[in-house]
Amino acid sequence: MFKCKTSAEVGGMGHSVKRKEDARFLHGKGNYVDDVKLPGMLTMVMVRSPYAYAKIKSINKEKALAIPGVLAVITGEDLAQYNLHWMPTLLSDTQMVLPTDTVMHQAQEVCAVIATDRYIAVDGAEAVDVQYEPMDAIVDPFKALDEGAPLLRPDKDGQKDNQIYHWERGDRGKTDEVIANADVVVKERIHLPRIHVASIETCGCVASYDKDTEKLVVYLTTQAPHAIRTIVALVAGHVGLSEEKIRIISPDIGGGFGGKVPVYPAYVVAIAATFLIGKPVKWIEDRSENLVNGFARDYHMDCELAATKDGKIQAFKVSTLADHGYTDSSANPSKYPTGMFSICTGSYDYEHAFAELDAVYTNKAPGGVAYRCSFRVTEAVHAIERMVDKLAAKIGKDPALIRLENFIKKDQFPYASPLGWSYDSGDYEATLKKAMEMIGYEDYKKEQVEKRKQGKLMGIGISTFTEVVGAGPSKDFDILGIAMFDSAEIRVHPTGKALARFGTKSQGQGHETTYAQILAEELGIPYTDIEIDEGDTDTAPYGLGTYASRSTPTAGAAAAIAARKLRDKGKKIAAYLLEVSEEDIEWEVGKYFVKGAPEKSKTIQEVVFAAYTNIPPGMEPGFEATHYYDPPNLTFPNGAYICVVEVEKETGAIDVKRFVAIDDCGNIINPMIVEGQVHGGLTQGIAPAMYEGIEYDEQGNVLNGTFMDYLVPTAVESPHWETGHTITPSPHHPLGAKGVAESPTVGAPPAIANAIIDALAPLGIEHLDIPITPAKVWEAIQAHS
Amino acid sequence: MKHEITLTINGQSVTAEVDSRLLLIHFIREQLDLTGTHIGCDTSNCGACTILLNGMSVKSCTYLAVRADGAEITTIEGLAAEGTNHPLQKGFHDQHGLHCGFCTPGMIMRSVDLLKNNPDPTEEEIRWGISGNLCRCTGYNNIVKSIQQAAKEMQQEKETTV
Repeated sequence: MFKCKTSAEVGGMGHSVKRKEDARFLHGKGNYVDDVKLPGMLTMVMVRSPYAYAKIKSINKEKALAIPGVLAVITGEDLAQYNLHWMPTLLSDTQMVLPTDTVMHQAQEVCAVIATDRYIAVDGAEAVDVQYEPMDAIVDPFKALDEGAPLLRPDKDGQKDNQIYHWERGDRGKTDEVIANADVVVKERIHLPRIHVASIETCGCVASYDKDTEKLVVYLTTQAPHAIRTIVALVAGHVGLSEEKIRIISPDIGGGFGGKVPVYPAYVVAIAATFLIGKPVKWIEDRSENLVNGFARDYHMDCELAATKDGKIQAFKVSTLADHGYTDSSANPSKYPTGMFSICTGSYDYEHAFAELDAVYTNKAPGGVAYRCSFRVTEAVHAIERMVDKLAAKIGKDPALIRLENFIKKDQFPYASPLGWSYDSGDYEATLKKAMEMIGYEDYKKEQVEKRKQGKLMGIGISTFTEVVGAGPSKDFDILGIAMFDSAEIRVHPTGKALARFGTKSQGQGHETTYAQILAEELGIPYTDIEIDEGDTDTAPYGLGTYASRSTPTAGAAAAIAARKLRDKGKKIAAYLLEVSEEDIEWEVGKYFVKGAPEKSKTIQEVVFAAYTNIPPGMEPGFEATHYYDPPNLTFPNGAYICVVEVEKETGAIDVKRFVAIDDCGNIINPMIVEGQVHGGLTQGIAPAMYEGIEYDEQGNVLNGTFMDYLVPTAVESPHWETGHTITPSPHHPLGAKGVAESPTVGAPPAIANAIIDALAPLGIEHLDIPITPAKVWEAIQAHS
Repeated sequence: MKHEITLTINGQSVTAEVDSRLLLIHFIREQLDLTGTHIGCDTSNCGACTILLNGMSVKSCTYLAVRADGAEITTIEGLAAEGTNHPLQKGFHDQHGLHCGFCTPGMIMRSVDLLKNNPDPTEEEIRWGISGNLCRCTGYNNIVKSIQQAAKEMQQEKETTV
C-alpha cells in the first residue's frame, strides 16, 4: 500500500485532507454561470423546433418584437450574413448554429429572442411565429441506410447516403477464421442506450463584448476554456474576434461529466448577440432543453466471442452501428472516430480481435458526449464484460473463474493488446480476488444455490474492466490539431506561500485540494499554503481542460515536474546558503541538508525567501516554474466490481443487495476524494443499467425529456456502495497515478446487468439490454414462463 | 400585475414589488441577489432550489413570490452566522458530502427540515428523506454520512443545553 511521505500538516499524497473549496459552496457563495450578473445584461431564450424533421417555411418576428422589452429576434438568416449560421464540429462535420431552411431534430434551436428579462424573453419566444412543413423523420438507425431513405445531409458535398463513416481495426480475416473454427462461439446484439449526463447545473453562458476595448468576455459552463477560446477565434476570426481579445472564464461548474465539453449552438448565438448589440447577453438552458439536446452512447454492437471448450478466449469480433443524430458532433479529442472503443478486448489475454463501426445520421439531437468515459470505453467494456459472462453461462463455468483463467497476468505488462494499445500496468487477479473476498463471493454462490431451490431469483454479477484514460499523448489525441498536453504554472511567493495555475478545470473533482497536495508532496509546502486557480484563459497557462480522467495524468504530472524544476533551483540556492557544493546537498520533504550533516539545513521557505532576497550570483531571481506535459502513454486503471441482486418474480422489481467496487487507479493523492469519485461514478453506472435512456417515438419526439420521466437515481435508488483498492502504480506517470473518476461509470453497468441476467438465468433468459427496468424484466419473465 | 409583498428573509425584513407570475426562486436569486439557492430543473424534481419557508423545506421553483407575502424564509446564506457553520454544513465538509456544490444548498436546507422532524433518522429514513433532491456527483453515500454526523452533533448539543 501507499505510504505517506509527508506529515498530515503538510498534507501531501495519501492524506485524506478535507477539501479547500468546500466553504464557498457550503455557504451559498459558489459562483456559477447563472450567478453572474453584469450591468445592462440581457437574457436570451431559444425558440426550438417541435418537429424532428421539417422545412422552415417562414419565421415571423413581428409579434415578438412588439412585446415591450423584446429587443431582437436572431434567425439563421441573420447569422448567415456573417457566415456564422454553421460551425465545424471536432470530427470534421458541420453543425447548424441556427437553421436557414431545415430543422433536423426535435428541440433544435430555430431562433433566439433577446429581451431585458427572462420572463419577457419567454413571452417573446412564444410569440415568434414559425411555419414548418414536417417531413418523415429517420428515427431508427437501422433504417438510415435503407434504399430510398431520404438523404439527411444534402448540404454536404459528395454525401450520397446517410453513412457518416466506416471505421475498423484489427485483422478481420484471421479473427473470422478463428471464430469459424472455435469449439464455442457466443453471439449477442448489445445496445448501449442513448443517455444524458444530466449534471444538476444545465449549460449556459454570459457573453459580453465591449466595443471600445474590442474584448469579448464569456463566462461559460465549459470543461475546456482554452480550447473554446481557440475555437471561437477560428470560427469567428473573420468577423474580427481575435484570440488575444477573447477571454473565456469557466467559473464554478455544477457538474460536467463530458456534457460541458461541446460548443452548443446557443453559445455562438449569445456571442453573436453581444457582438451585435454591445450589451452582455445571458443564456441559461432549461432542464427540458438540456435533456433533449446532446447525448452519450447509442451504440448497437453485434458481438462474437470465441473460446475453447474449457473457456480459454481466442477471439473477439464486434460490428457496431452508431447513431450520431444529424451531425457527428462527438466531443472526441482522439485521432480515431470511435475514440478508444478498441479497448474492447478487455482485461483478457488473447491474440485475435476485430472491431468495425458504421456511423449514421438520423433525425435526433447530435452530441456524442464522452459521458464520464474516455470516449466509447463504456460501450467497449459493456460489450466484452457481457460476452465473457455469456461464454461462462454457455460452458457452465463460474464467471469469476473464467475471468481469472483469461486475465492478462501481472508479469505481462506492458501488454500489447490485440487492437493496438499498450496497457501500462495492473494486477487483475489481485483486484478480482480482493473484491471476491470483500463481498464473500463463495458464500453468495452457496446462497444462490439454496435460493434457486426455493424458486427465488438471485443473481451475482461481475465486471473486471480495464480503462484507458489520461489523454494525450499527442500522437493519439488533438483538438483541431492542438496536441493534448496539459500545464501547470507555479509561483512561490517570497514568504513561502504559493499560487499554482492549471490548464484544466474542476467541475467538482476537488482540484483545489488535490493539486495543492501534489505540490505539497513535491515541495514540502503545506497544502493549506497553496492556492489553486483554473478556468480563466487570461491567467491560466494553456491547457486542454478536464475530461477523460486526464487532470491527474496530465496536469497533475505537469505540477510534479514543474515542482521538481523548482526543487533543482532550490538545491543550488541551498548550496549557496550552506556554503557547500550542490552535490553535497540532499532533499527530504520540506528541507535541504548537507550530506552527512543533517543539522546543517535550510527549509524550503528559507530557500524561497533567498530566491528573492539573497540570490546566488548569476542566478535568475524568483521562484517560479511552468511545465507543459505531453504524456508518453495513456494510463490504464482497472477494477473488479461484484454486484448481488434479487429479482421479484411477480413484479420484476430488482433489489441491489450488495455492490463491491475494487479499483486500481495507481497511487492515490487523496483517498477521501477518490472514494467520493468512485461513489458518484457508481451511481452514474447504475443509472443507465436500471433507469435512464432517452426514448423516441416513430416521429422522432423525445418521450422522456424532463426529470419527471428521465429517471436520475435518487438516494433511494442508489445502493450503499462498498469500495476498496489495489494499487499498481503507473510506471510512466511521475506520481504513479492513473486517474479514477471514470472507472465506476464504465465498470458498473455490466456488473449490474450481469447480476440481473444471472438472476433470470434459471428461466432461460440469456441477455437483456440496459436499462433493465422492472417492466423489461417482467416482460422477459412472462415470455419465458 | 404588480403586488407589494413583505417578508422576512434570513432575519431581514424585505418589502418589494413583484409580478404575479414571478417565481419565488427568481425573486430570491435575481431581486434579492441571494444566488446560493439554485435552479436545476423545471419540474420540481431536483430540489436544488429548496429553502425553508416558515420552517418547512419548500422547492422555491414551484412557489409564487406573491404567495410568500408575510413568510419567514431562510436560505443557505442565512443558515448560520457569517464565519460559522451549521452542524449540517460541518457534516457535509467533514464527510465529503459535496463535489460540485450545486445541489448542496438545497440538500442542506432539505436536511434541516428532515432532522427537525426526525432528529435520529436511520440510513433508510435519510435516503427517503432526501429523495426529492437530486445529486449527480456524490452517489449519496457521503451525503447520508454527512446528515448522520449532523444529527449526532445536534443531539449532543441538545443534551448539553438541557
